[in-house]
Amino acid sequence: MKAIVNVFLKNGVLDSQGKAVHHALASHGFESVNDVRVGKQIIIEMNESDAATAKEKVAHMCEELLANTVIEDYEIEIQA
Amino acid sequence: MKVGIIQFPGTNCEYDTQHAFASLGCETEILWHKNDTIPSGCDLVVVAGGFSYGDYLRSGAIAKMSPIMKALKVYANNGGKVLGICNGFQVLTETGLLPGALKRNEGLHFISRHHHLKVINNDNDFLRHCSIDQVLNIPIAHHDGNFYIDEKGLKELYTHNQVLLKYTDASGKIDNPNGSVDSIAGICNKTKNVFGLMPHPERAMEALLGSDDGKAMLEGFINA
Repeated sequence: MKAIVNVFLKNGVLDSQGKAVHHALASHGFESVNDVRVGKQIIIEMNESDAATAKEKVAHMCEELLANTVIEDYEIEIQA
Repeated sequence: MKVGIIQFPGTNCEYDTQHAFASLGCETEILWHKNDTIPSGCDLVVVAGGFSYGDYLRSGAIAKMSPIMKALKVYANNGGKVLGICNGFQVLTETGLLPGALKRNEGLHFISRHHHLKVINNDNDFLRHCSIDQVLNIPIAHHDGNFYIDEKGLKELYTHNQVLLKYTDASGKIDNPNGSVDSIAGICNKTKNVFGLMPHPERAMEALLGSDDGKAMLEGFINA
C-alpha cells in the first residue's frame, strides 16, 4: 500500500517561497496566475492491507514528524 | 559549573560552544545524540548550532527523534537549564520545549553577518547580566530563522516576559532581517529554564574577532 502525503503551510502563515515563485511566473508573462503555494510531497510504501489502518498510521507519522502542525497542514491519500 | 553540549550528525557549532564555555571556566562535555541520558552534574545543556541531519524535512525535525531528546525533555521538565542556539533553537521548538516555529527567512536568503539585538527581558538566568534595552552585537547565520507564533501564543510570551531579544540596528531601533514575528530573535519557556535564540553568542567571545558581547549572555548561566 502506498501513502501520498502533501504538506503545506497553513492558511494565514506567509509562504515566502510560493510568493517568490508567483512573482517569477508573473514576470515571465504568466499573468493569469493568481496564487502559488509551495509544499512538499512525501511518498510512503507500507506493508499494510487495510486502507483505514494505513491512513491512521500515516496521520500519526504526520503528527510526530512529517508535518510541524504549528505552521503546516497535511493531506493523506492512500493508494492500493 | 558543568555544561553538556549535544551533538547530532550535522551539528557544527559544538566545539565553538565548548571553547566559549571553557573560556568562562566551565567544565564541558560533548553529548552524542545516541546517548539516552543526560550525565549527572550537568548544570546546563546546550543544543548547539549547525545543520542536524542536513536540515532534511525541516530544520530540527529529525533531530527531535534522537534518543537524547527524550532525556532532555525529562531534564528540562525537572527544571534543568537548556539553551538552544540557532539549529538548537529550531530543535527545541520542534520538540515542543519552546513555543512557535522557525520558518524559511522571508527574503529566502541565507543570512550570515553581525546583527544587533536589543534585550527585552532580563529577569532570567540567561540575560541577568544585561540591562533592558541594552544593544548587543552578535553574529547571525541562518536560513530558517523566521520566528512564527500565532497571536494567542505571542500574547502569552509577552504576558510572561518570555520575549528575550529582538533584532534591531545599532541604535536599538527595530531592524528585522528575516521576517520574524515582532522581530523576535530569542525566547524562553514560561518557567524560564529553557532558552532559545537564532543568533550565536558563542561566536562573540573575542573583541578582536568583532565582538565579545556574547560573554555577558553566556556568563549569566554561571553561578545562577
